[in-house]
Amino acid sequence: MREMIVKGIHVDDTFAEAFNMRATGVVITADSARWARQAAVTMTGFATSVIGCGCEAGIASELSPRETPDRRPGIRVLLFAVSTSELQKQLQNRVAQCVLTTSGSACYAGLQGEEVLKLGNALRFFGDGWQISKRFADKHFWRVPVMDGEFVCEASTGLTKVAVGGGNLLIMGRTPRTTLAAAEAAVSAIKRVPDVIMPFPGGIVRSGSKVGSKYKASASTNEAYCPTLRGAVKSALGPEIGSVLEIVIDGLTAKAVAAAMRAGLAAMIELGPKRGAVRIGAGNYGGKLGPHHFHLKDLLR
Amino acid sequence: MRPLVLILRTAPDARLDLSALVSHRLSGKTVAEIGKLELQTGRQRIAVSDIFRVRAGDPQHVRIEGGSDRFDQVGQDMAGGEIVVEGDVGNQAGRLMRSGRLLINGNAGRWAASGMRGGQVEIAGSAGDRLGGPLAGEMAGMRGGVVVVRGDVGERAGDRLRRGTVVVEGRAGAYAGSGMIAGTLIVRRAAGPLPGYLMRRGTLVLAGGCDEMSPTFLDCGVHGLVAMRLMAAFVADHSAVAASALRLPLRRLAGDMAVLGKGEVFCATA
Repeated sequence: MREMIVKGIHVDDTFAEAFNMRATGVVITADSARWARQAAVTMTGFATSVIGCGCEAGIASELSPRETPDRRPGIRVLLFAVSTSELQKQLQNRVAQCVLTTSGSACYAGLQGEEVLKLGNALRFFGDGWQISKRFADKHFWRVPVMDGEFVCEASTGLTKVAVGGGNLLIMGRTPRTTLAAAEAAVSAIKRVPDVIMPFPGGIVRSGSKVGSKYKASASTNEAYCPTLRGAVKSALGPEIGSVLEIVIDGLTAKAVAAAMRAGLAAMIELGPKRGAVRIGAGNYGGKLGPHHFHLKDLLR
Repeated sequence: MRPLVLILRTAPDARLDLSALVSHRLSGKTVAEIGKLELQTGRQRIAVSDIFRVRAGDPQHVRIEGGSDRFDQVGQDMAGGEIVVEGDVGNQAGRLMRSGRLLINGNAGRWAASGMRGGQVEIAGSAGDRLGGPLAGEMAGMRGGVVVVRGDVGERAGDRLRRGTVVVEGRAGAYAGSGMIAGTLIVRRAAGPLPGYLMRRGTLVLAGGCDEMSPTFLDCGVHGLVAMRLMAAFVADHSAVAASALRLPLRRLAGDMAVLGKGEVFCATA
């Protein structure tokens, strides 16, 4: 594979292959930033991959009280799925089980769109007839009595069908410590990019997969990137690589995913090969499956 | 662009229906044509030019300089644009309004914003009885939009309110929010006796308390609800003083149990 060398880091001449997804967003508020974050973390738990979790979800941004409908601290969460029906199901279940249950929380639309998903309109029945509908301007809210007061929830939230899932960066370093340092630097930079999430734990995945398996499984370990198998399989890793991590990025638009990948690349290059990655690549399926191709060389410009 | 200005020549001898002077009915007309528009009144035939001197301008922005409590139905059926009245208006100002903005820099008579469906009405002075309420025979009053009254209002403000928000920065007369079906009525200062009389649903906020509460409302305790903060954020765009009252803990009373009982009255805690 051809590669470029930027400030001592080898950057593969390859591309990340990404797919169209359905996405939605919610804004969760609470009396304190801590409890808003607690609700968001709980809601986005077990939402790393659509393959096993039904959706991919993560925290997109933290919001100051000035930016939220009820003027309390808030968190914006984005959810991605492969179909509208699955996204509706995941949204409803996760808000019902994780946000409604969090002390002092409220939930509002986190995305505007012509098409909408049910939010409070689905959860209001928890009120068992005591729920109260409220409309202010063009916004519709439900107030559901709960044991610590009321759960306020906007009736619906927006849906987008032009979201993109599967933007990625493969980070290769000499040791697990330096590889993780590079990945952490990239995650920090990508967190500042709006309208994207990194659904894996801490934004980083260490178990990159390939399609198929010798067993009855749809995906299995990507042995070409496992350093411990370097001598036993057709490896993609040179002798200097001792550890590989991946960052997966989902965004509301292809432009947002490109901006996130660009920010991640820049942060890792800034860190340099001694303290971070010695090589950066991206995962793809030959370009035949996903309509979005994010070439690393383009993102370096 | 400059507004279309109607300057009062002389106070009217009888009540006048000014519902013809809304943006969508004035669009495309010349000054002369506007001057010839007939205003409904008693047995006399009265044209706009008999009462107003017309100065050309954008009909989306109508300015009426000089008011009268005989000017009825100002802004009735408004479907957009803006009307500013420098003076008082009579009954049914903004009735059945759908969108746009009606600003009355004076007092308004009875049934202001009656049956309103959208848009914004602001009354800098006071308003008469049955603000937003239905006329006789109608099932519901206001059904959308925002009404702000900087002064006081008469009896039965928000009568049979169906949807929308009414903010009264001053006092309200007896039976505020009577027969409310839904929606929100906020009264900044004291309300008269029996607020929320026979209300079914909806929210009535009495930041200044009331003279006498009906025994058919049940005390649900003092709460600082997120919904009030949400309401405050929305109301702040229209009335800072009303918004500040919503940020305090308020006593919630459920009722009116004489009817459905799904409504609520929030009162300031003494």
